[in-house]
Amino acid sequence: MSVVLILVVAAPLLGAAMLLLPGIADRAARLVGVGASAATLIGAVVLACGFDRGRGMQFETDVSWAPSLGLRFHLGIDGISLPLLLLSALLTLLVAVHSLWNIPPGGDSRAFVALFLLLETGTLGTFAALDLILFFLFFEVVLVPMYFLINRWGSPGERGPASYKFILYTLLGSAVMLLGFLLIQAETGTFDMVELADRHGAGMSHGVQVLAFLAIGLGLAVKVPMWPLHTWLPDAHTAAPTAGSVLLAGVLLKMGTYGLIRIAVPMLPEGAETFAPYLAAFGVVGIVYGSLVCLALLRDPDGDLKRIIAYSSVGHMGFALLGIATLTPQGINGALFVNIGHGLITGLLFFLAGAVKDRHDTALLGRLGGGMYGRTPRLGALVAFGAVAGLGLPGLAGFWGELLAMYGAYEPAAGLSTAGYRTFLALAGLGTVLTAAYMLGLVRRLCMGPAGEAPTGRPEVDVTGREVVVWTPLVALTLLAGLWPATVLAITDPAVRALMGGS
Amino acid sequence: MPFDVQSIDWLAIGPVVAVAVAALVVLLADLFLEGARKAVLPWLTLAGLGAALVLLLPLHADDLDARGTFCSPSGCSYVVTDLTLVLQLVLLASAFVVVLLSMPMLSVPKTRPTEDGDEGEVPGGEYQFLLLSSVTGAVALAGARDLLTLVIALETLSLPAFALVGLRRDGPGGEAALKFFLLSVAATAVMLFGVSLVYGSTGSVHLARIASDLEHLDPRLTTVAATGAVLTMVGFAFKVAAVPFHFWVPDTYRGAPIPVAAYLSVVSKTAGFAGLLLVAGIAFRPYAHIWGPALAVLAAVTMTAGNVAALRQTDAVRLLAWSSIAQSGYVLVPFGTAAGHGEDLADTLPAAIAYLAVYAVMNLGAFAVVTLVARERGGLVSDHRALFRSRPVGAVAMAFFLLCLAGVPPGLAGLFAKVTVFQAVIDSGTGWLAVVMAVNVVIGLYYYLAWTAQLFAPAAPGLPSPSGGAAGSDGASDSGVHGVGGGGVGGGVAIGGGVRTPAPLVAALVLTGALLVLLSVAPQVVLHVLTVPGLLG
Repeated sequence: MSVVLILVVAAPLLGAAMLLLPGIADRAARLVGVGASAATLIGAVVLACGFDRGRGMQFETDVSWAPSLGLRFHLGIDGISLPLLLLSALLTLLVAVHSLWNIPPGGDSRAFVALFLLLETGTLGTFAALDLILFFLFFEVVLVPMYFLINRWGSPGERGPASYKFILYTLLGSAVMLLGFLLIQAETGTFDMVELADRHGAGMSHGVQVLAFLAIGLGLAVKVPMWPLHTWLPDAHTAAPTAGSVLLAGVLLKMGTYGLIRIAVPMLPEGAETFAPYLAAFGVVGIVYGSLVCLALLRDPDGDLKRIIAYSSVGHMGFALLGIATLTPQGINGALFVNIGHGLITGLLFFLAGAVKDRHDTALLGRLGGGMYGRTPRLGALVAFGAVAGLGLPGLAGFWGELLAMYGAYEPAAGLSTAGYRTFLALAGLGTVLTAAYMLGLVRRLCMGPAGEAPTGRPEVDVTGREVVVWTPLVALTLLAGLWPATVLAITDPAVRALMGGS
Repeated sequence: MPFDVQSIDWLAIGPVVAVAVAALVVLLADLFLEGARKAVLPWLTLAGLGAALVLLLPLHADDLDARGTFCSPSGCSYVVTDLTLVLQLVLLASAFVVVLLSMPMLSVPKTRPTEDGDEGEVPGGEYQFLLLSSVTGAVALAGARDLLTLVIALETLSLPAFALVGLRRDGPGGEAALKFFLLSVAATAVMLFGVSLVYGSTGSVHLARIASDLEHLDPRLTTVAATGAVLTMVGFAFKVAAVPFHFWVPDTYRGAPIPVAAYLSVVSKTAGFAGLLLVAGIAFRPYAHIWGPALAVLAAVTMTAGNVAALRQTDAVRLLAWSSIAQSGYVLVPFGTAAGHGEDLADTLPAAIAYLAVYAVMNLGAFAVVTLVARERGGLVSDHRALFRSRPVGAVAMAFFLLCLAGVPPGLAGLFAKVTVFQAVIDSGTGWLAVVMAVNVVIGLYYYLAWTAQLFAPAAPGLPSPSGGAAGSDGASDSGVHGVGGGGVGGGVAIGGGVRTPAPLVAALVLTGALLVLLSVAPQVVLHVLTVPGLLG
């Protein structure tokens, strides 16, 4: 079975390599994209079926790659990585299907498909890597493809600066993260993530742990993104094509919180204890700040729909950070649930935003006008669905993660200030109210009001069959994860408890 | 015995002799061969370098840890160790690729040379003789184990290089050669002064002997010896283009024929680092606490200056010149961390060798594409725009080389090299240098990526079809300076859009590209040097 995991990581890469062959036509390239990502998802589902919840790390491969460097090709998944692996594979397949009909002008569609397949390899590899250098390597793989997706197929005028901001920011983050990894290795003599997590920081002095956590945490915080290091995200989202935005929000952002959960917290417990209150504080600031910016954008006629969703991501990731910073199994389960929920909901929202933008040639609220319920009722209903899911309505996927994160903050791990965390909890609660305010405001702005004339003057199409195909899985899973949270928690919880040392 | 006949281990100096003999053969053949028959010369050059490469094999195979020759009671002047072999392998293989790169620009006189028609071209026989002579110096330097042999080898490397830079005898070429010459001579003078101080205080020129003498030095002489050590290293710092000894680099690279720029940035630089490695790692090892921090500062300044200046370049060769300065900074980093490693420099200096080896491949690859584009379009970075349309293979290769230089996937070879250097820094605890380097990697990514993006960008509106060759007035005037003359040696191969590419250029691209892919997949091939016991012997 461990071969299946390697195949899952390698399948998109093979697909991308196939696209390098000369003589592949436009249509065939898009089909290769669907084929490769479908094969990947099938592989991931096979892994999920063969997954044993009672055991820890599974489907492991561990061979030496560059002994002089200490680098090993060590892959494996447990309950923390499996849901993210499935989410990434699913979102990439949906993007591939979406790209059958919608590749924005900007260049060769072959390159477009190859790039998002390469991106998928990077993300899947990141979630499956069990060697610090290998993790870093996969972490870096996503940079260049995403840069090109934004730079070549993004919206003209914004894409140049946005793409550079994205890649330079995140490269700086990952370079600093690498320094932290090397520091861990210098002190312990190994890059093996399983072994390091088992040691819980044994062999590293308090000072080293603090320093390594600072470096790794900073690097990952850029990716999360944590306020105030988030400034690359809104620009990148606004400029990126729909496929890029979906993958950025649904997959790439998860790599940051995943890294914190997988590497920083278990391997450097003393460093985590030192910095947890700051992480929580920045997370809470992110929640409040993100929703305040969204409220402001909502009142601004030049407010961009995609920018609002991007800032809502900053808020959601704030909840994930708060959950991680509690250092409790509840909080970390919550953070993982936020990841899944955010991937599904924000993925859906960016697809919807892309659809709106395609129909109106603009994503500016002032130009979109209202009345979507009247003109395109189904699209309007979906926007409303995405918005209420995003605000964390009980019964939908967004609810449980936020609840668990806040629950963890009510009773943080021993050694953390309970009073402080309850203050954070109160602020996060305020944040949920603000989130509800802007999400509902968004629905009012976009969907309600007199139907009127379509802004472009063309007759507008409601949701098409193709769009139904792409969006249905996301809607269904949002409902499933919301109504039956045990589907996710039953997988993550044993792994989280094992990682936290059985607390 | 009336006189002591020194026995010479010919096998040990085989590679040096092979290159030197090839130089002489090429010089004589150039005299006696007529007209079109001179086309055989490059093949002689390649054969000579190939023979030298083959001669490394028996040396690698034998069991001796070190084969010394030209020995006196105080030590051997020429020693073959694993270090020597690794460096000679990099030097010879790089020189081989440089010869491939230069083949298309070498003139083969078909008729009598005319006054103006011959101006831009490079005389083939002289060029190859000078190149081989310079390589002889470089290869000898890798085996040199006393200061005098080092200085002589370094001069053997440098003197032909001045002539190579100025060989085209046009305005920029002459200026470049003069600047190179004057600065180089000044550096050599400083270095010789340093050598004399070291000799004066220790009474020895053999590197291993100097190291042991320095440890038991009369305390009154330590200042003199330390000054001598630092001044000696200045000479090598000039060769490797470390700031502030870098001023010659951009102008010299720009004025020289492109393959000569490639030669200077790879072979000459590797030789400079080899010298630095020998004096720092062996002779002045006891003074690591003095030169270590100095080189750490030098490394930080060098990479920062190189990267920041490269941001503003529009000319491909100038950009590569500044980027090679920045890359020198990365190679200097393991030297800079020496103080943190105490006496055991074997933990850190091999990282510099690994980086150099990877750098040689990726930089030569980039130069190969620049040579190709300069032939057809021009020497500006913007002349690479939409290269993917006319030459998909060349563009993909260039993207790979540039991303390797930047050190981000898919350029894994470069990434591994950078991780190696980072590892050496972190192990030594020189945290600030690691952070400076991390920031520099980000700055570097900007211009490498901008160039990569150009390769795949759609053709600029308003310009004629890129495969036509005339890319705007800027590009045209530029190619007048840079353009390598037609009528070169060797056949042509058509790749991509039916444009003929000289076969040697294709060979150079394939060699460097394949090697770099290999190093990306199996980095252990080169990273092996990190764990060779007693590499610094």
